[in-house]
Amino acid sequence: MDFSGLIDNFGPLTVTGLAQGAIIALFALGYTLVYGVLRLINFAHSEVFLMGTYACLIVWGFFGLDQNSAAPSVGGMLLYLVIGLVVAIIASGVTALAVEVVAYRPLRRRNAPPLAFLITAIGASLFISELTGVLTHRNQRGVPPIIQAKPLFTIGDTTVTNLQLLIIVLALVMMFVLDRFINGSRLGRGIRAVSQNPDSAALMGVNKSRVIALVFLLGGLMAGIAAVMYDLKIGVTRYDAGFLLGIDAFAAAVLGGIGNLRGALLGGLLLGVLQNYAAGLFGSQWLHAASFVLLVVILLFRPTGLLGESLGRARA
Amino acid sequence: MSEKASFRSNGGVRGWYGRQPAWVQWIVIAIALVLAFLLPYAGDIPLIGPQIVTEGIDWPSALFNMSYYVLLALGLNVVVGYAGLLDLGYVGFFAVGAYGTALLTSPDSVLYADTGWKWLMAVPVALALTMVAGLILGWPTLRLRGDYLAIVTLGFAEIIRIFATSTTTLRGDRGFASIPHPPGTWNGEPIFGVTDAVPYFWLGLVVIILVILGVRNLDRSRVGRSWLAIREDEEAAEIMGVRTIKYKLWAFAIGAFIGGLGGVLFAGEQGFINSQTFVLQFSILVLAGVVMGGSGNMAGAILGGALISYIPDRLRGISLGDTDLYEYRFALFGLVIIIIMVLRPQGLIPSRRRAMELKDREKEVAPQ
Amino acid sequence: MRQVLARAIGGVAIIGLIAGAAACNSGSSSDDTASEGNCGYKLAFFGALTGSAANLGVNIEQGFELAIDQYNKAKGSTCIEVAKFDSQGEASVAPGVARSLVADKKILGIVGPPFSGESEAADPIFESAGIPTITPSATRVSLASKGWKVFHRAVANDDAQGPAAAAYIKDNLKAQKVFVADDQSAYGAGLADVVKSTLGSLVVQSDKTEGDGKQADFSALVQKVSSSGATALFYGGYYTNAGIIRKQLTAAGWKGTLVGGDGMKDPGLSKASGVAAAVGTIVTCPCSPPEAAGGTFVNDYKAKWNQDAGTYSDVAFDAANIFLQGIDAGNNTPQKLNDYLKTVNYKGIANTYKFTETGELDPSLIKVWAFKFDNSGDSKADVEIKTS
Repeated sequence: MDFSGLIDNFGPLTVTGLAQGAIIALFALGYTLVYGVLRLINFAHSEVFLMGTYACLIVWGFFGLDQNSAAPSVGGMLLYLVIGLVVAIIASGVTALAVEVVAYRPLRRRNAPPLAFLITAIGASLFISELTGVLTHRNQRGVPPIIQAKPLFTIGDTTVTNLQLLIIVLALVMMFVLDRFINGSRLGRGIRAVSQNPDSAALMGVNKSRVIALVFLLGGLMAGIAAVMYDLKIGVTRYDAGFLLGIDAFAAAVLGGIGNLRGALLGGLLLGVLQNYAAGLFGSQWLHAASFVLLVVILLFRPTGLLGESLGRARA
Repeated sequence: MSEKASFRSNGGVRGWYGRQPAWVQWIVIAIALVLAFLLPYAGDIPLIGPQIVTEGIDWPSALFNMSYYVLLALGLNVVVGYAGLLDLGYVGFFAVGAYGTALLTSPDSVLYADTGWKWLMAVPVALALTMVAGLILGWPTLRLRGDYLAIVTLGFAEIIRIFATSTTTLRGDRGFASIPHPPGTWNGEPIFGVTDAVPYFWLGLVVIILVILGVRNLDRSRVGRSWLAIREDEEAAEIMGVRTIKYKLWAFAIGAFIGGLGGVLFAGEQGFINSQTFVLQFSILVLAGVVMGGSGNMAGAILGGALISYIPDRLRGISLGDTDLYEYRFALFGLVIIIIMVLRPQGLIPSRRRAMELKDREKEVAPQ
Repeated sequence: MRQVLARAIGGVAIIGLIAGAAACNSGSSSDDTASEGNCGYKLAFFGALTGSAANLGVNIEQGFELAIDQYNKAKGSTCIEVAKFDSQGEASVAPGVARSLVADKKILGIVGPPFSGESEAADPIFESAGIPTITPSATRVSLASKGWKVFHRAVANDDAQGPAAAAYIKDNLKAQKVFVADDQSAYGAGLADVVKSTLGSLVVQSDKTEGDGKQADFSALVQKVSSSGATALFYGGYYTNAGIIRKQLTAAGWKGTLVGGDGMKDPGLSKASGVAAAVGTIVTCPCSPPEAAGGTFVNDYKAKWNQDAGTYSDVAFDAANIFLQGIDAGNNTPQKLNDYLKTVNYKGIANTYKFTETGELDPSLIKVWAFKFDNSGDSKADVEIKTS
């Protein structure tokens, strides 16, 4: 164990961990939303994310940007960022809807047992990521330097960069917007109704199919944002990037209480920070092991996660 | 159509089988067994044979791979199909079995000076280890339900993989070489060599048959009925006096034991293991096999387990015109999984007991 | 009734699907008669073509296939066929694939397996079938000590490369503080251990990461490197992870030099990190610069595969040519070809190849060069490293 490794780097590890955790949290929302309404783990959500990471790279490529480009000006940066976000959101949203239509809807029509959904999702996930792998020759793709990381301010000896701040703030804002949407809007009420009791909701005139599609779409949108942030932070994507981060995101969703929006945020941030601490203390190879040990321990004491289940009701 | 429909309403092939006298049933079983043992020579059947066997991977080896996948599917079927405990990290037990064998037998092991056993001696110890691992996983997770259990088991398998990768005792990617093969000689030659995989397949088949017999008896005993009760309604089972904790632990331990058997066989055939084998995707595939075949049903688990190993191997030889499609085989495999599940949501061979229960339940919920 | 119909259709569709797939089985049963002029044989590539290590395997396969293509072009016919066997880079898959390889009696020699793990699992099968192998990249030291007669290694093992990398860090970079990390692969960890023990007290700190495709966020490693004050980071691993690490180090403002072994000698590193970040990265390689050998390999490769030659592409090209030369000389059985390898002395583009009794490269011929990434995005020869 390397206590000095943790103590000396405590501040920076916390900040980078929060940034990584914010991405995980946005990603985890997709698991949580779908679980809240359908009570099933959308295993293909990792590929929804993957499509986002590639979509923004492709559109930036149209503008002649690749990993070797010079960093754009501030105006260009904002423009490219917005374009990248929009395209990634569309790509992820469309992928999420496609998964729901191709892999889930036919099963729902036929009253399939819950496990069947899990398996079609695995099939869809395998199909998308492997096809991406073949088409990209299983190579990595570098990300253009849309945002040049620059130190913004320091707290003590900890520097916070513009990118880290952007990721954390964006995640919080999106979380807030989504929370308002679910709890405040008419469509959101439909989602909550279906999540609490699908049959009664249907009797009360809620269009269940539309609510389900909406939930997939919302998860896709959040994954699209997470994908762009991931590209900018990690700097590289690859055909198995979704699977890799998907495990973290799934763990984060369960940690916070799957089906609970605020739980996903809490779980994501906690996981991101803890992984970094573990990497500092034991070495980077133990990063994922630490997150699972934490998960098991917490579930032992709180079997439904930190904040409990249930979409939108958020009982602590 | 009507003729087919009446055949179906009589329970199809399985209905016919169930109505036959015992001696017919025994003959059917005997024929099936003989055919199973002759599978390595399937390529010699004219016309159909070459379409069945794999290309790019040796057919008996592919069969052996199928045999340990089937073992894993059978074991996971006990946990998921019978007891209803969703386990996403089942390969962890496979790993414990394989590593147990390697630690006791391989010259690379730190224990070699003290043990350095033959394969057969290591088997019971390795299996005992996996059962203990099953209990260690089972005990703390008893309170968890459904998807929470899924993530914890997934985490358990990941922790095992990371331990295997990162600790010096388990040697990580360097792995254990020279793990001895199973014993026995025939005409002065060892039966279990390196070039011929047929004996390994036969060994796997014998183990599968023993496991089937064992699990069948368990399923029809008090234990099996308790699993059923727990799966359908844990609270009700508890109230009716089923000791849920005890039987859930049983399910974990037996599942782990069968998975460990797979691992022990695997180590014996390979002669070399390292941490690269025990990845998460492996667990997920085995689960896909169980559900695809028909969860809660041994015939289904066997078929599903065999298919998840067979399909990607069989697709190695696939081509479209002149283009070799082997690169696409996992993508195609994903597609096949979706198609099978959409067309047969209850699995290829649905569990009949489960189907009846579901029908009952439908009536309760929505009386016509 | 509708339900019954749907189920019946479903059943038929599944059977059709499987039968349809089966119909595509390209029945390539090989007859054992070979034609005139030492033609009609096959050389095999055995390694990862799919799976998470496929990018490394494909580099090697393409170098191998290029050599055979050029040979066939010179002959004017498809004299030697290419046989590809996809082990997925996994020790668990390798034996079955190896057994199907040895069943093809037309195969005279094998280039591969690329990884040490799959070598352990597959080489015993090649040994018992007597088919000679030349691995372009499995560098684990112990592979040569198993008594396999068919084992040949066209690169230096970990023991040769590690001290050279350490010497470069000490003598050329003159680094006073070195950070050592590895990806826990047999290759990467082996190399990093040698470097660590050679550098001794210069190593200020060390870390381990997960392997390729298992980790993408290296912020903890980056933070440790930055705060350690090290001016050089030795990373034992492949270019996949190294590219990400280099990019994240640069983004965090670390200005030191990244040093690695031949597993990082691939333009894929700068494709991931961006050329600007990769410039100055040092990779050591027990091979000579291809441009020094003359020839048109670099351009030919790019022309055929529409991408730059990667790690070990050149070694695989050489390995295939060693076999082809042997076959041309009339060694048309695996046994003869294996005997021929004992006496071979072949000057290729990456090295001069002469094998010792155990299948290692002749130590007197091993040269370790340092290559440096420049503005072209690829690594160019820097200096030859003298180790004594």
